Amino acid sequence: MKAAKKTEKILMAGNEAIAEAAFQAGCFFYAGYPITPQNELIAYMSYRLPEAGRVFVQAESELAAINMVFGASAAGVRAMTSSSSPGVSLKQEGISYLAGARLPAVIVNIMRGGPGLGNIAPSQSDYFQSTRGGGHGDYHCLVFAPAGVQEAFDLTVLAFDLADQYRVPAIILGDGMLGQMMEPVNTAVSVSRKTEKPWALTGCGNRPANVAKSFSLAEGALEKNNLILQETYCQIRKQEQRFETLLTDDAEIILVAYGTMARIAKAVVKQLRKEGKKIGLIRPISLWPFPDRAFSAAKKDKIFLVVEMSYGQMLEDVKLAINGRSRVEFLGRSGGGIPTEEEINSKIKALS
Amino acid sequence: MEKIFGRSESLRDVSTHYCPGCGHGIAHRLVAEIIDELGIRQKVIAIAPVGCAVIAYDYWDFDCCEAAHGRACAVATAIKRVRPQNIVFTYQGDGDLAAIGTNETIHAANRGENITVVFINNAIYGMTGGQLAPTTLIGQKASTAQKGRVAKEHGYPLKISEILASLPAVKYVERVSLHSPQEILKTKKALKQAFQNQIAGAGFSLVEILSPCATYWGMSPKAALDWIRDVLSKEFPLGRIK
Repeated sequence: MKAAKKTEKILMAGNEAIAEAAFQAGCFFYAGYPITPQNELIAYMSYRLPEAGRVFVQAESELAAINMVFGASAAGVRAMTSSSSPGVSLKQEGISYLAGARLPAVIVNIMRGGPGLGNIAPSQSDYFQSTRGGGHGDYHCLVFAPAGVQEAFDLTVLAFDLADQYRVPAIILGDGMLGQMMEPVNTAVSVSRKTEKPWALTGCGNRPANVAKSFSLAEGALEKNNLILQETYCQIRKQEQRFETLLTDDAEIILVAYGTMARIAKAVVKQLRKEGKKIGLIRPISLWPFPDRAFSAAKKDKIFLVVEMSYGQMLEDVKLAINGRSRVEFLGRSGGGIPTEEEINSKIKALS
Repeated sequence: MEKIFGRSESLRDVSTHYCPGCGHGIAHRLVAEIIDELGIRQKVIAIAPVGCAVIAYDYWDFDCCEAAHGRACAVATAIKRVRPQNIVFTYQGDGDLAAIGTNETIHAANRGENITVVFINNAIYGMTGGQLAPTTLIGQKASTAQKGRVAKEHGYPLKISEILASLPAVKYVERVSLHSPQEILKTKKALKQAFQNQIAGAGFSLVEILSPCATYWGMSPKAALDWIRDVLSKEFPLGRIK
């Protein structure tokens, strides 16, 4: 890519913006396997990294790709892989190992329809898989859900920074719409932080040997490691909740939506406000940690309407955050179906 | 008094968890000795497998990385690519390298990754209790093949080294054994070659080591060594394959 001037905006597809953001964040290693709808990302990395003397590997499988990321991360460099839903299912082994070994990495999931091979239409049905851990064992990944191309760029840089800071895997959760759509991006917006990695495998030199591992056979050792993870997650829950609110202060009905779904919800809010309806939007940006804080104003006289491109996955987190203080309603479609403005409108009308 | 033999600097002073008669202790020591002899301890990064040698890093005193079962060659690929100045090797059993990890092994070899692979073939799954391995011999009993391996049901012992040797990017493949002091010396020589190849930037090198598993072969340690000499090495012939 041609270097952008610091104030210049470039028209980029979401997949390319994520790839360029990774590059700008100092991603040194990328391994991936082809799958639609994220192929622009792997193609971008295939030339962008080597032209700067960094490493790109087209892996023989999703499993190999995520385990290569494990190796690169253990060796102390910033590492990334990307895929789409069925491929991310295959990666769960490696993500669990990354979490257990406390290795940072960034995993991009440009979601498509499932279950199974599903289809290649946009979907949000990997919410549970992303926010609950996904693989075996007690762990979480940071999960960020951009709603636009600029935000995809910014959150990717942030994901690298926070993954290193907390030593956890971080997921960028987008969908086929975000991956494919083009918007202007300022690639100079984000500034990336560097974290020291004394635990990295570099050859022991004159220091004691380092071991990167998740295995803890001695009695009590695994529990101790898992408690370190829990302390980290506790800190992340306190520090890293991110969300956007739109016109929620006086709202009687508050839509809750993330990612590209939130853009449609936003259009509904703007339209209904013009008609004098007291309506607002909460858009979770971090899905894990889920932004409980955004729901602190939940009261009896408010109705929350969760809208998803899935059948009630984020809905569970919204209900946990609201904890019975408000009425919670749901509208969702999946398998390539996207809730339309009209559908959301008629749901709202039915509520009030 | 002059000291003529001692523990390798690369070996920790710890007691073994391996069974009596197991070959892993010998193989670990040979690897450690070669690393010391080549003076590369400070820049070695080992990848431990899943299997009996899962805690190889408890014995070796240099940087080590875990790999999920079978994924050692993928992990090694990345480490070597991002740190080409380091010496990177995997240490894997037959189940790890030639069953669950066949894909990673073949493709790392086919890319000609400049790594060293130490492949311990004991024709059985040891860690999990003696199940049928890809390299189990016809007629050899296993906990999941109690009447012994049957070709019609299980197929034949997988000669992964010969398969790998057929790939143009593979530099060096040799099969050796631990069944006698003479063979152990040959093993050491082959391992040294495999590490020297990497230092020279020559590409993918693999040493397959026939190694005794007295416990799950149901033999005494001595009988296990004889079985390698008389039976196992007939199916898996010793010597340079490539």
